[in-house]
Amino acid sequence: MVLIRKFEEAAAKAYSVGKIGGFLHLYIGQEAVGVGSIASLTPKDYIVSTYRDHGHALARGLHPKPLMAELFGKGTGISKGNGGSMHFFDRNAHFMGGHGIVGGHISLAAGIAFASKFKKEDSVTICFFGEGAANIGSFHEGLNLAAIWKLPVVFICENNHYAMGTPEYRALAVKDVSVRAYAYDMARDHIEGDEVRKVRDHVKVAVERARRGEGPTLIEVSTYRFRGHSMSDPAKYRTKEELEAYKKKDPLMRARHELELGGIKTEELDKLDLEIQTQIDEAYEYAETSPEPPLSQLHKYVYAEDK
Amino acid sequence: MAILTYREALNRAMVEEMEKDPLIYLMGEEVGHYQGAYKVSQGMLSKFGEDRVIDTPISENGFAGIGVGSAMVGLRPIIEFMTWNFSLVAIDQIINSAAKMNYMSGGQFPMPIVFRGAGGVGGRLGAQHSQAFESWYAHCPGLKVVCPATPKDAYGLLKSSIRDNNPTIFIESEVLYGSKGEVPEQEYTIPLGLGEIKRKGTDITLVTWSRALVFAEEAAALLEQEGISVEIVDLRSLRPLDENLIYESVKKTNRAVVVEEGWPVAGFGAQIAYLIQKNAFAYLDHPVERVTQMDVPMSYAANLERMSLPNATRVADTIREMLQ
Ligand SMILES: Cc1ncc(C[n+]2csc(CCOP(=O)(O)OP(=O)(O)O)c2C)c(N)n1
Repeated sequence: MVLIRKFEEAAAKAYSVGKIGGFLHLYIGQEAVGVGSIASLTPKDYIVSTYRDHGHALARGLHPKPLMAELFGKGTGISKGNGGSMHFFDRNAHFMGGHGIVGGHISLAAGIAFASKFKKEDSVTICFFGEGAANIGSFHEGLNLAAIWKLPVVFICENNHYAMGTPEYRALAVKDVSVRAYAYDMARDHIEGDEVRKVRDHVKVAVERARRGEGPTLIEVSTYRFRGHSMSDPAKYRTKEELEAYKKKDPLMRARHELELGGIKTEELDKLDLEIQTQIDEAYEYAETSPEPPLSQLHKYVYAEDK
Repeated sequence: MAILTYREALNRAMVEEMEKDPLIYLMGEEVGHYQGAYKVSQGMLSKFGEDRVIDTPISENGFAGIGVGSAMVGLRPIIEFMTWNFSLVAIDQIINSAAKMNYMSGGQFPMPIVFRGAGGVGGRLGAQHSQAFESWYAHCPGLKVVCPATPKDAYGLLKSSIRDNNPTIFIESEVLYGSKGEVPEQEYTIPLGLGEIKRKGTDITLVTWSRALVFAEEAAALLEQEGISVEIVDLRSLRPLDENLIYESVKKTNRAVVVEEGWPVAGFGAQIAYLIQKNAFAYLDHPVERVTQMDVPMSYAANLERMSLPNATRVADTIREMLQ
């Protein structure tokens, strides 16, 4: 979680001095959701993410260097510089992409799970999306298909209460996204997302259910993003008080507190923080000094190469 | 004359039309409380209220369908797509419903609807957010396709689109929203299907629309120093198309290049090249050339994006070669 936080703080800095282009959607505040969820997976399981994908990628164990290099548009990036912030991909890690069209990836996740079932592999796919995405057709179509075919997929709605500037009450006829599971005769769960172990334990139940062949689950995890929707959003649509209230429930502070209660010394945690900062500094340096992709790459990858 | 930005000109057009006609409403993601993702609808919510400036959930297919249905019974919706990339989620409603409604009902259901929003390529937005789709929509009969390049044109063309009784695809240039230009204080409209000569010249004709006009103008300025005189035809709308304006220019210059932001294969420039060779063949001293985006999805990497985008240098190089 600290790695994600520091990675994104560094990215924000790089963005503000023009080293990162395009959109940059930060995950700061939501770290416990990605980390907790992905902690319940094994390496053979799949992850499908949105344009807010940095946290999920890091939680999957992807190294910050190629991720930062991707943000800088370098050839050493995780998607060779072709993807950028919204499109991290790592086939080996079963990290099936950050996707830029809201909700479009929900059916993709169902498709990946379909393939696992078809091939009789016991991989489970988890799919992250926001409560805003729950309003798009692809969500309904994806969940329905996953339910009728009992696909091994866990749909994780990270409800941060805003889709860009639209608060949930103006977008959701029924505020609780997880009850939509009833419409598909699907298992459901609803948890607070500031406690990382709780997220892990709950998601694990759903993952195991999927692995046993008992079908998909829709989990809503309540969370909050501390920053605007993206770097260009000053987030004027919400009050300072609201933000401050959520910051008091910062999942990082909470995790640290729990570790201390569990007997881990403050100095040890501080030392860990420093080590992580060094790792981030190295990633930044790596990204900065890496070469741009070769110009010969422009026409490469448009079609798959012949086997 | 007032100096307005492209986005202010669009805003003014919508506000004036909505003040006149209570049947017009604006609907889309973030158009109201957020004041528009690209701030085109700034201030409109407080002016017209939530009944006429309507925020929607992320559900492009759904709200495009709402627009089409409401237009069948007499409303005049303006449907904003945050960007045209997301219109693909709604393309079924646009093409299978809106574009065909009047035709397949034997003229019973005119479709006074405007689909509008940010389009075009660039800005390091990567493959899913950086695409020019006018060729897709221009392919489809029943739609009108409008692509303004200047604040003045944006204002006049949007007003005409709103007043039109047909579905209009109004593609704004994301990159040009902040660009400034003179807009007459007096109300005016620009008929759809009327292009404009943006620069007079004698040696070669550049045919453009939307932001490609910027590349064309830069190239023309470069070449002027070399004694090459470039004429620029800004089509402003692709459907209907001001064919004669193109032919008249080509008759004078005997050479033409189409400059566009989209991909080359089956792009709209191919149609223009076909029309020129068909209808002005005798006047041509050189095959019609095209400068387009490269035939690849857009890369995020700055150098590859630069290489992929059409630009003034490529336009100028093409022209120099043609004149050799
Ligand atoms: C189909 C589509 N429509 C609109 C957008 C523009 N857009 C990008 S993110 C976003 C808000 C999404 O909110 P939510 O799903 O709740 O996820 P969050 O950003 O809160 O994580 C919007 C409207 C898009 N990318 N794709």
